[in-house]
Amino acid sequence: MSNHECECATVQQIATGDRAILPKGAKTIPVYVMGKKYEVPETLTIMKAMEYAGFKFLRGAGCRGGICGACPTVYRKEGDYKLHFGLACQTVVEPNMYLAQIPFYPANRASYDIETIEPVAESIHALYPELFRCVACNNCTKACPMGVQVLDYISAIKQGDIARAAHLSFDCIQCGMCASRCMGELPQYHIAQLVRRIYGKYIQPKAEHLRKRVEEIESGKYDATLEKLQKMGKDELEKLYKEREREPDMAPLGTWMPQDTQYL
Amino acid sequence: MKVAYYPGCTLKTKAKNLEDAALASMKALGVELEELNRWNCCGAVHSLADDDLIHHVAPVRDLVRAMEQGSDKVVTLCSMCYNSLARANLIMRDDEVKRKTINDFMDEEEDYHGEVEVVHFLNFLRDEVGFDTIRAKVKYPLNGLKVATYYGCTLARPRNVAIEPPGGTRLMTDFLDAVGATPVKFADAFTCCGSYQIIANPENAVNVAAGILDCAAKAGAEALVLSCPLCEFNLAKKQGDMIQSGKISKGLPIFYFTQLLAAALGLGKEACRFDLNDKCSVEILKSKNLAMEAVAGIA
Amino acid sequence: MPIAISEKTIKREFIEKIASLSGQDINRCFQCGTCGGACPMSGEMDAMPRRIIRMAQLGLEEAVSETRTCWICASCHSCTVNCPRGIDLARVMEAIRLLTLRKNENMVEPSKMPAETVKEMPQIAMVSCFRKLTS
Repeated sequence: MSNHECECATVQQIATGDRAILPKGAKTIPVYVMGKKYEVPETLTIMKAMEYAGFKFLRGAGCRGGICGACPTVYRKEGDYKLHFGLACQTVVEPNMYLAQIPFYPANRASYDIETIEPVAESIHALYPELFRCVACNNCTKACPMGVQVLDYISAIKQGDIARAAHLSFDCIQCGMCASRCMGELPQYHIAQLVRRIYGKYIQPKAEHLRKRVEEIESGKYDATLEKLQKMGKDELEKLYKEREREPDMAPLGTWMPQDTQYL
Repeated sequence: MKVAYYPGCTLKTKAKNLEDAALASMKALGVELEELNRWNCCGAVHSLADDDLIHHVAPVRDLVRAMEQGSDKVVTLCSMCYNSLARANLIMRDDEVKRKTINDFMDEEEDYHGEVEVVHFLNFLRDEVGFDTIRAKVKYPLNGLKVATYYGCTLARPRNVAIEPPGGTRLMTDFLDAVGATPVKFADAFTCCGSYQIIANPENAVNVAAGILDCAAKAGAEALVLSCPLCEFNLAKKQGDMIQSGKISKGLPIFYFTQLLAAALGLGKEACRFDLNDKCSVEILKSKNLAMEAVAGIA
Repeated sequence: MPIAISEKTIKREFIEKIASLSGQDINRCFQCGTCGGACPMSGEMDAMPRRIIRMAQLGLEEAVSETRTCWICASCHSCTVNCPRGIDLARVMEAIRLLTLRKNENMVEPSKMPAETVKEMPQIAMVSCFRKLTS
């Protein structure tokens, strides 16, 4: 056990940074990239393991932080029928993984004018009639590397519940794995994006305090303060930032006021 | 009394009158319909090929949802949903091989063996609420309104999911009787309205639908009652086209059965939702001084 | 219209496919025509269901595919419940449809539907139509 922990600790060092440099004695595992076997250090993400193996990402890599949706991977494990999905920048390699990158999957994207669209379910249905080809097989949900309940939001759209669909699809990063597995040939993620745009523009309640503050900014209330800040040197700015008054963590709502109220 | 309820997609948009009237009536009758927390489209039509199991997954998933909520019964209003859910349920209950394949495919869900009973609302009204109870609670009976009892296909066929024995029209007849209306039997009570052919072959579907309306009118009906939003679309929403093309001479008021129930129970506008029906539907009620509160103010 | 029958025209594979997809023994049909009489869409069909069954019995795949009968069928099951020989004709029609649909061919094109039509249609119309008439 202690031996194992020791090995992990050794290998963990090489997993930091964008480039993996394999130190002496580090443990490697076999993975298959598009059918060819490579020995890569364990604990690396799929993306780093592939770079270690000599691949260079021209497409299919973006933020490397699990949010841009550019690097979806589909893989199987040895002796298992099941398909698995993940983001290459987030998923750690396992021995005998069979990997393929899906940087892009063709999907129908409708064009529309968000300024003139009628914010009702029928507008979405008319732009994406293939919605009604969904058979509820749930392959979309199984394929989602973000754990989004894709079938549930598609169902909500068919039922005309735009708000529910917008909330359910919120974590979508547009990687397209849902569309790659869809029996009804739906472009789920594009439909969901339209739904969230309609929800954000027409349905979601607007924050009154935000509207007021924008008005204040536009009326020039903060122009002088901003100008003053722009003219400050780096050291002065740093000092000001460090010494700023700050609301205590967990302070009950509406109980705290700064000493200096000139900017309120 | 509390019972699990599967609404179906169309009831949430195009057929709000079917659902709103049902929910309000049930409340008035002391029954709470509890909508499933999660549900998907039932698939609307049953797949008929022996090797095609994937198209049974949608209705089975809904039945799994009902089971998850601890229900041994789920009530539906839309005829197509009823048919689709009930037939998938029979496969899961009776066909061991297909059941296993479907359960294996749906490995993210609990195994299902037909534990939940699928009940159409009309059967629920008769068997659980009771037509006598309804009769006793009727405030404004629909006296003198001659209504054709239209079942269409999916409440009656195939026989193993029919809501009453083949050829029988007692269920709708007794229902109309309980709400004080005069049931009118007619030859096309079980004739298909044209169904989804309204999209692929609209002219053909409209011809069939016009024939049904004509048959009901000739049998002396002043209105027609139904339970399916697709029948409603073909028989009611398409009447304007039919009159224009000379296929029928005048409009026939079309009601969801739940609307007649709500009206007879004395419920108001928000419950009956006659504002979503055709003009002629409101007019016939007004001309007979029926459901006055529910139609007041609707142009 | 006379139909020529010869060894060349009889597609055995077609007969077998119809049987396995539909689960029906179409040889039971004795051509009474009750199906067509019960069919609400028969007035709109270019060949009665009875005729389709006869052609299918004889393996006339091309002749069947030249008719529009299975694409006019609304799956209402009138024929099914009325057949005195117990043939579930709705299943036979579905089998004939699937022989085309499973070649990735659509009979209605969702992408070409006018927006106004989609907007007015109840969801169950869209779903049922796509299930029966798209691949």
